[in-house]
Amino acid sequence: MELLFTELTVFVLAIFVGFEVISKVPSMLHTPLMSATNAIHGIVVVGAMLVAGAAIGGAVGHAIGLAAMILATINVVGGFAVTERMLEMFKGRGQTGTGTPKGRA
Amino acid sequence: MTTTQIVLTAAYLVTAILFILGLKFLSSPKTARRGNLLAMFGMLIAVAATCFDTHILSWRDILIGAVIGAPIGFVSARLVKMTAMPQMVALFNGAGGGAAALVSSGEFLKVLSGQTPASWVTLLPIVLSTIIGCISFAGSLIAFAKLQELMTGRPITYTGQQVVNALVLIAILALAGLVLTGHLTPSLFGGLAAASLLLGVLGVLPIGGADMPVVISLLNSFTGVAVAITGFALSSTVLIISGTLVGASGTLLTMLMATAMNRSLTNVLFGAFGSVKAGAAGPAAASGAGVRSASVEDVATLLAYSRKVIIVPGYGMAVAQAQHAVRELAQNLEKRGVEVAFAIHPVAGRMPGHMNVLLAEANVPYDQLKEMDEINPQFEHTDVALVIGANDVTNPAARNVPNSPIYGMPILDVDKAQHVIVLKRSMNPGFAGIDNPLYENPKTMMLFGDAKDSVSKLAAAVQSA
Repeated sequence: MELLFTELTVFVLAIFVGFEVISKVPSMLHTPLMSATNAIHGIVVVGAMLVAGAAIGGAVGHAIGLAAMILATINVVGGFAVTERMLEMFKGRGQTGTGTPKGRA
Repeated sequence: MTTTQIVLTAAYLVTAILFILGLKFLSSPKTARRGNLLAMFGMLIAVAATCFDTHILSWRDILIGAVIGAPIGFVSARLVKMTAMPQMVALFNGAGGGAAALVSSGEFLKVLSGQTPASWVTLLPIVLSTIIGCISFAGSLIAFAKLQELMTGRPITYTGQQVVNALVLIAILALAGLVLTGHLTPSLFGGLAAASLLLGVLGVLPIGGADMPVVISLLNSFTGVAVAITGFALSSTVLIISGTLVGASGTLLTMLMATAMNRSLTNVLFGAFGSVKAGAAGPAAASGAGVRSASVEDVATLLAYSRKVIIVPGYGMAVAQAQHAVRELAQNLEKRGVEVAFAIHPVAGRMPGHMNVLLAEANVPYDQLKEMDEINPQFEHTDVALVIGANDVTNPAARNVPNSPIYGMPILDVDKAQHVIVLKRSMNPGFAGIDNPLYENPKTMMLFGDAKDSVSKLAAAVQSA
């Protein structure tokens, strides 16, 4: 019970931190924000590792663990890769064209 | 606490800090890449630390899963076209939701085998994250299918739809109640998961393509919440923190998107907005008479001799993949000394910030992209507003027709410019199926045809004008 309340405290504080940090993201970056948070919820891969590594419940347990691992890895790797791809395209004036920064005009 | 536990807890704390810093850096385009790298690094630390967790007894499934999942994620992320980004994001989001539900199912197996005590403190999070994770998984797949046009993007409705959905929801609650009161059987739990998947499918079916920015953000927040609750089941603080950050972000974006359409979330989810209603076609067809159509040459001349042009992109630009042609046109205009800006409506496209990513792909500098509140006062002093594949977000009916379905939605004031040019495939009404009086405005000229084709021709004509 004590642990539960510690966890609830962390949960509530994280809500406030989340709103605080994210309300400052401009609408221009909303797609990368969504994509990055998408990758961050891939942290469930930690849970997937624990379930897949526990080797419980026979064939069903294996299937669940394996499927969880596959989905979580797709989420993490795909999420970060796609965010990186988006962000490398965002360039300011004077950086267009060749892609090498020439300073801002 | 053993030494391993201390190291693990410390590592997860570092991960949480890196995630928060990463999101903080995302607030400026200059530091955004660093933010993503920090978050990536945080994830790496968490995964590396978990490898030392003594609860891991077998590596086989972990390694096989990673070896299958990683290339699928990486290759699809690199290969996907920028115009297909919304469905890609939906798919990755669904994978996360599914993983959360599966992890909770695994925890349920541990309860069944007696490894974990069957108290409500463990069962409640297991049940909740399974429900939400399944809804997110199935809902995201439907969103993907709609965006990929594997099925119609229009709302799918039938009589009694809300009743059916309510019944499924009641079934979920009943099954959850049974599991929580100690009826711990695999079949009840499987039924719970199946009913949740069904609700995910049925819930997204009646939502139309133009409302996808709201749905995708909402599903994103669902997965975040599912992961956070999974954290409660596993007593994992890093899952709680990370999942909650995502949940908060998704909720915030969902509210922003709904506000940008002046509609409540309930209306978006249950309103079946954009379903073809009988009679909607009648007035639309009858009113095509007052529009003026223009030739490429007319428009090019008008643009070339303007002082200031504002380009208003919409989903039509994405569909036609016209973003590169648009950038070329903008550059050619700038070479002639014309001032060019882009007006971005918050819900233009199919996900939050969709237009910004497409234009960034085409190398349009981000400082040229203006948000609605910033650009709206500038239309008055603008010679030409060039609307490329946008419709509802420019519809003046939102301002002055109280019985219009989009009345009250903040729009881009394109009709305040000296001239309005609308690039459109045909006179078909926009997604919402509503007439756009803008097209009959005497200031407006229509340039019919494929957006990419028209814009390329305009770019060439402007250069030689």
